[in-house]
Amino acid sequence: MENDRQGAAPSADVQRRLYELMVLMKAADDRLSKGIASGELQCVYWPPRGQEAIAAAVGVCLRTDDQLVTTYRGLHDLIGKGVPLVEIYGEMLGRQVGASRGKGGTMHIARPESGVAMSTGIVGAGPPVAVGLAMAAQRKGIDRVTVVSFGDGATNTGSFHEAANMAALWDLPVVLLCQNNLYGEMTPVEHTMKVETIAERAQAYGMPGVRVDGNDPLAMVAALEEAVDRARSGGGPTLLDCVTFRFRGHYFGDPMAYIPAEQMAAAQLADPVPSFRAALASTGICSEHELEELDQAAVAAVEEALATVLAAEPASADELSRDVYADPTNCPV
Amino acid sequence: MDEQVMSQREALNLALDQALAADERVLLLGEDIADPGASGPTKGLSTRYGADRVLDTPISEAAILGAAIGMAMDGFLPVAEIMIMDFIGIAADQLINNAAKLRFMTGGRVTAPITVRTQVYGGLGTGATHSQSLEAWFMHIPGLKVIVPATPRDAKGLLTSAIFDEDPCLVLETIRLQGQRGPVPLDPSFSIPLGQGEVKRPGTDVTLVTYGRGLVESLNAAAALEAEGVSAEVLDLRTLVPLDVPLLLECVSRTRRAVVVHDAIQFAGPGAEIAAMVQEELFDVLEAPVLRVGARFVPNPGSAALEAQVYPSVDRIVSAVRRTLGKPAAEVGGDV
Repeated sequence: MENDRQGAAPSADVQRRLYELMVLMKAADDRLSKGIASGELQCVYWPPRGQEAIAAAVGVCLRTDDQLVTTYRGLHDLIGKGVPLVEIYGEMLGRQVGASRGKGGTMHIARPESGVAMSTGIVGAGPPVAVGLAMAAQRKGIDRVTVVSFGDGATNTGSFHEAANMAALWDLPVVLLCQNNLYGEMTPVEHTMKVETIAERAQAYGMPGVRVDGNDPLAMVAALEEAVDRARSGGGPTLLDCVTFRFRGHYFGDPMAYIPAEQMAAAQLADPVPSFRAALASTGICSEHELEELDQAAVAAVEEALATVLAAEPASADELSRDVYADPTNCPV
Repeated sequence: MDEQVMSQREALNLALDQALAADERVLLLGEDIADPGASGPTKGLSTRYGADRVLDTPISEAAILGAAIGMAMDGFLPVAEIMIMDFIGIAADQLINNAAKLRFMTGGRVTAPITVRTQVYGGLGTGATHSQSLEAWFMHIPGLKVIVPATPRDAKGLLTSAIFDEDPCLVLETIRLQGQRGPVPLDPSFSIPLGQGEVKRPGTDVTLVTYGRGLVESLNAAAALEAEGVSAEVLDLRTLVPLDVPLLLECVSRTRRAVVVHDAIQFAGPGAEIAAMVQEELFDVLEAPVLRVGARFVPNPGSAALEAQVYPSVDRIVSAVRRTLGKPAAEVGGDV
């Protein structure tokens, strides 16, 4: 099933908001990348640069109480769901102002107030947890939706298949959001699965599977709105196969020797952030002046957050023995 | 407190039944746990509480534990069953990387207080992949609690504590103990705090430090030793994490000799940690090295003739005790 942007395009306000989120995600990645590359910042990082359209759609389609389970490549998703930059950068850089006061690190950022239930470091670990969050909503009789974000590689894990089957079996309010960036770590997706699309895997579980242009925020909003509405109204889960690209490889510093030059060049032409910026200008939804303001505001927000984080204290030594157990009595902590 | 004599299986069932009755947040999920397929400790509960609270799942161990974690993150108190402990490898990622670490990784913002019940089938001829006592794997994971009840009373009290504990708990139920009968308090509020061992038999010459099915063999060994004039104390640890180190050290300080007994493989098993701790703390008072009697380091065989040689036996425990007393093991036969 291909999604071809059925229904009306989002309002001008929503489109502006999509760009605002996308350019903030890109600015946050650019600043972090520059800082790590120069030695100014020390942290591990799995960059989502290029996948912004998907996360921006998450940002405009979900309510705050809707739950997101994301992964180590989650900077864009976290921004989309409303986690403050200070908490994200603070956690990545191991400061007390981090979402987990520096105890989680880049891979493990959660913020219940924003509906970010958890970020997983193990490929495929998220979908089973999303099933449980959806089971909880179903049992409480609340119309909350859980979106679980993962890459193409995760769809080859047993955990994904177990969770997809359960989600469909019990009509759970879940959206399985595959950010298909064409590589599982360093291996191209076509080397790891016989099926041509990840979307078609949904048929095996009796749920809709939709392939979407993951670089087009308007197509993403259309597909995600439909999936979220289905989940919220009791229609069960949907698998979205959002085709995109990662520009910085698997981890920051990845030499990317495995990516053909032609593929990279073509992907850069389809870079969702400048592409959507050009589309907003050409449709007249935003003037060049407005776009420049959004660009500058994003850079300013990132610089301000980073300055706050760099001025903050590193994780406190007493954190090491806190939160291992609720009650550590007689535990070897 | 009113008590009734019942089997361990019935005691576990009573704990689950009373938890389901007491708290709407409690729910059970696992393979074949609902009626009419249920035959173990969950029998009858889906009939009483409904299929929504006692939930049969697909054979999907990773998703069972993941789903339990997701529900626990949102305020439920799920009790997930991994039918046989050997299957836990399939689900281990969820247990060790999500349940155990969420509290720490999120600075206390997100927690997953699940209970995982699992059954150990050792000694029943079920072979190498349906028999293992794998508690040592999980003792090694900060954030998990590991509980191994031996008696019907302890089974009820410890499972109740686990269900309502704020940390993720792994409860090992031993199939060979499930038919054993004993008095069990009927009061729903009865529980046994995690991290409290219990001296199951007093003694003065040596402490047999044990848990789970090791308790049965240890008590039998203590009776055999009594006939030889040796007074063996039997300490049932009941939980491995938390571990009742104060009681352990108090007991061994008194007897000055210890033998650790368990059904888990001896090499790198729980006894290794326990022996090391005792020797670190009590080196000056010990009269002999702390010895271990655990399962032999082989895949568990199918043949009863072979399997009988794998687990701790009265002979092996008595031989170990005799070594700590400086007596020749050969008098009673058997190898340690």
